Amino acid sequence: MAPTFDTLSDHDFDDVDEEEIDFSDLRAQYDVRRDQGLDTFVVIDGLPIVPAENKSKLVKFLLKKLNTVGNTSEDAILMPMNDQNMSDGFAFVEYETPEQAAAATKHLHGAALDRRHTLAVNKLTDIDRYGREGRIDDEYEPPEIEPFHEKEHLRSWLGDPAARDQFVMFRGDNVGVFWNMKKDPPEPVVDRKHWTQLFVQWSPQGTFLASIHQQGVQLWGGPMFSKQKQFPHPFVSLIEFSPGERYLTTWSNQPISVEEGKTSLTIEEEGKHIVIWDIVTGKPLRSFVAHDLTPPPGPEGEAPPKKKVQWPAFKWSSDEKYVARMKQHESLSIYELPRMNLLDKTSIKIEGIMDFEWAPSSPRREGIKTYEQLLCFWTPEIKSNPAKVGLMSVPSKEIVRTRNLFNVSDVKLHWQSEASFVCVKVDRHSKSKKSLATNLEIFRVREKGVPVEVVDSIKDTVINFAWEPKGDRFVLITAGEVVPGSNVAAKTAVAFFCPEKAKGGGIGNFKLIRTVDKKNSNGIYWSPKGRFVVVATVAVQQHFDLEFWDLDYEGEKAEAEKELSANLMSMNIQEHYGVTDVDWDPTGRYVVSSASVWTHQMENGYHMYTFSGVLLSENPIEKFKQLLWRPRPPTLLSKEEQRNIRRNLREYSRDFDEEDRYAVDIANTAIVEERRRLLEEWDAWVRMVKEDVKAEREELGIPDPKEELELQRIRSAASEEEQVVEELVEDVIEESEEFA
Amino acid sequence: MRPVLLSGHERSLNQIKYTPDGDLLFSVAKDKNVCAWFTSNGERLGTYHGHQGAVWTVDVSPNTRLLATGAADNNVKLWNIKTGECVKTWGFPTAVKRVEFSEDGTQLLAVTEKRMGYLGTIVVYDIRYGEDLSDQTDEQSLRIECERSKATVAAWSYLSKYIIAGHEDGTVSQYDAKSGELLLDAEVHDDGYQVNDLQMSQDRTYFITAGKDKQAKLVTCRDLEILKTYKADTPLNTAAITPKKDFVILGGGQAAMDVTTTSARQGKFEARFYHKIFEDEIGRVRGHFGPLNTIAVHPQGTAYASGGEDGYVRMHAFDKPYFDFMYEVEREQARR
Repeated sequence: MAPTFDTLSDHDFDDVDEEEIDFSDLRAQYDVRRDQGLDTFVVIDGLPIVPAENKSKLVKFLLKKLNTVGNTSEDAILMPMNDQNMSDGFAFVEYETPEQAAAATKHLHGAALDRRHTLAVNKLTDIDRYGREGRIDDEYEPPEIEPFHEKEHLRSWLGDPAARDQFVMFRGDNVGVFWNMKKDPPEPVVDRKHWTQLFVQWSPQGTFLASIHQQGVQLWGGPMFSKQKQFPHPFVSLIEFSPGERYLTTWSNQPISVEEGKTSLTIEEEGKHIVIWDIVTGKPLRSFVAHDLTPPPGPEGEAPPKKKVQWPAFKWSSDEKYVARMKQHESLSIYELPRMNLLDKTSIKIEGIMDFEWAPSSPRREGIKTYEQLLCFWTPEIKSNPAKVGLMSVPSKEIVRTRNLFNVSDVKLHWQSEASFVCVKVDRHSKSKKSLATNLEIFRVREKGVPVEVVDSIKDTVINFAWEPKGDRFVLITAGEVVPGSNVAAKTAVAFFCPEKAKGGGIGNFKLIRTVDKKNSNGIYWSPKGRFVVVATVAVQQHFDLEFWDLDYEGEKAEAEKELSANLMSMNIQEHYGVTDVDWDPTGRYVVSSASVWTHQMENGYHMYTFSGVLLSENPIEKFKQLLWRPRPPTLLSKEEQRNIRRNLREYSRDFDEEDRYAVDIANTAIVEERRRLLEEWDAWVRMVKEDVKAEREELGIPDPKEELELQRIRSAASEEEQVVEELVEDVIEESEEFA
Repeated sequence: MRPVLLSGHERSLNQIKYTPDGDLLFSVAKDKNVCAWFTSNGERLGTYHGHQGAVWTVDVSPNTRLLATGAADNNVKLWNIKTGECVKTWGFPTAVKRVEFSEDGTQLLAVTEKRMGYLGTIVVYDIRYGEDLSDQTDEQSLRIECERSKATVAAWSYLSKYIIAGHEDGTVSQYDAKSGELLLDAEVHDDGYQVNDLQMSQDRTYFITAGKDKQAKLVTCRDLEILKTYKADTPLNTAAITPKKDFVILGGGQAAMDVTTTSARQGKFEARFYHKIFEDEIGRVRGHFGPLNTIAVHPQGTAYASGGEDGYVRMHAFDKPYFDFMYEVEREQARR
């Protein structure tokens, strides 16, 4: 039973009684609308009072103004005259459509007609609804100003004395937020039934938790996760936060049908799929119709593949100043925040554009002092023109770098997290289109002129690629060719790359450190702090290994790798049957691998490891769906302070080790005490019961069957004249392994 | 522990029982046969023929003269253990899922299945041990009808004072063994999860239940108070209490019909050992390649046997480390 969005409260997480179900949303949808037809009328107040002769002049003058937002005519303006043959300063106007009428109230209300007259434009139905007799008091009563309520502290979880992290877990119908307790079961913060209908999602800095309902999105926050903001987008199924948590994009495959007055949605949102909301005000900023990704034209004779939803439809620049959406093969539209106006009032035509990505942080190009954001896009080969990768600076829209590519079948764009590099992964086909190879073209964004480095072509297709966060190393996975006719997926190889050490502390050319082949891995999961990486085989039935790597191993370094800025070492290999997801906690201390019921039904639950792959706990959970670590906002410490902490790490860790030891001691003593207590209780209970039963037995005169049996045996043994003593001797003649 | 494999059944095992001396082991399976085995070497002593359907349950009288069996052919049969003759057959309208002798052997209870038009019942017969063992009564000394939820298992308490029954809905109830009156009812397992096994401790003052809800519980006979809970990660079919050591052994496993794919992994078909008092899992014994349906422990606590869906009985004699294993606090207590 789903709670309705409007009445969502803690009580609703208990099972709902049939009679308590709020049908208002359904009723609203199917109720007969009586006002139909009057929606095209508006009432205009604040007009000059004119005698009858001047009426047509005024009407003409007014009409000019009115036609700026819609279509109406002289005949459709009714200006009543009073007994003195004077106008009363108001008029009724009929527009062609309700949308135009709505636009008039929105844009003309409060607009000046001339210097002395300001228009007041209202819908006729509104006048009827709010202005009917008895609904308005003659006396002005000042509205009551609500007393100041202190807002909850939305980031209180960061103040945890033990610096623990939180995660949200969705299993069965329950959603709970927990503190990570390492080896021990997690400590619940809140646990609610039916908290969400589809899934839950953290905002990128962890301030809000979003739950998805049929009626829209609800954000939760504060120490006990109370309601924060609502975004009533009906049948929403995808959401995306902007990187700084100021805006929210929501998507539904059903176009919105708006009912005025019910929600904060207006007629503007009618028929739209995507809404961009301001999180602070909870109001929609602008809404859009979705355009689907048109599938690439497949080989002739084949049915075109299904249309896919382009998500995220809108991509945010790292500082949230811009948001962009492309129309595939055609153009790119960049909108400026917070007004959501199209940058320079026009979309940028980019013929054939296939994909684009914003730089994930503000770029720092050498020699560029002015403010800019960068985005990278690519276009395929069109007729005789080569494929292109371009780097565009915003807001100038200047293309700062392009590169031509040939024989391209696909391109993927991978930005490094600090926007120092963008790796363009180019899948190229041979002339005959029979074999594929991959090129990595790395744009060194920070260096003068943005030089491009090409990493040697890789024979096999690269199926996954990931930069080290805040680093300059990367991991990729290649897949060999599948043997035709076999069901077995091709073996994969994991390759680690890092730059050579260059003179003067610069970043040298990218070189392969090592390739590990004959693997099945398909997922790369870097620690959010860099250095450590988990390479895993996820969502594959026969394989489910996780390998933990260290790229700065502190031991001996191979002579051949002396020039490389990495020392690669495998720390641990773990297996988790049925693993579907791998997630690092935001501090890079723990890793969780989970098996979600959304993918398969076997052995759902999660495992927790340390960063180095030591298993801390296994938690099988029925109907486990999701586990998401709560992200942390960027640190407030300066570079200097961070360096200091790193330098004094040993001292800090001594304190923490002491604390840990103490906690373990306490826990151990507690366990021993508990066991001692259990043992004593048990013995006492057994003694008591034994005595009771004995007393009862004597009272009833029932002999103890055991003693009785003994007696019988002795008696029968005595009565038998011949005693046969049979002794079974077992000799192991031959020992052989047993196969069962 | 090197197991002795008893492969005398063609279909899945339903119940196994040691004699009070522990020299023989009786096993019943879906293949209609009752087998008797020497526990010392695993040789088959013989079989008891006569049932026309899957044999669900078996029990040995305390004096080892009579064997009782209940089967899907709606009969309870009494056998002369020594000769292998069937000395008595009681017919019922439905299948018999459980039989058990009282502690003095003078009474036998039988649990009958619920079927269209018939309620599940627990019936009791008086048993005579005369010269002629076939001299038995046809008169039921007690008949309990389970109206709310059918009984799946039942056992006699100490002094044959109560009959304790486990039900299909996860509850356990206590009946007066004289009058058949329902005295107590406790929700021991999760609602709707069947109680699959119920075995008494040796002194019959408490018992262990195995539930489909992946839990086993230790419960007192007198007040049906739950003493201990053992949690597993698979539905449980059987549970046994070990004498001598304070352990319990649980068995189960995903049923074949519930396993969605045939993965190469072990399907949790292991016997699991838990510490009876501390509720911790302390070990597992693998070997079966189907769910474990029944576990029995040697009355002297020196061995145990398990019967599986795979049609095998595996007998294990405990070795020295088993007896040496102790928690620190137990050792402390032993020294005192």
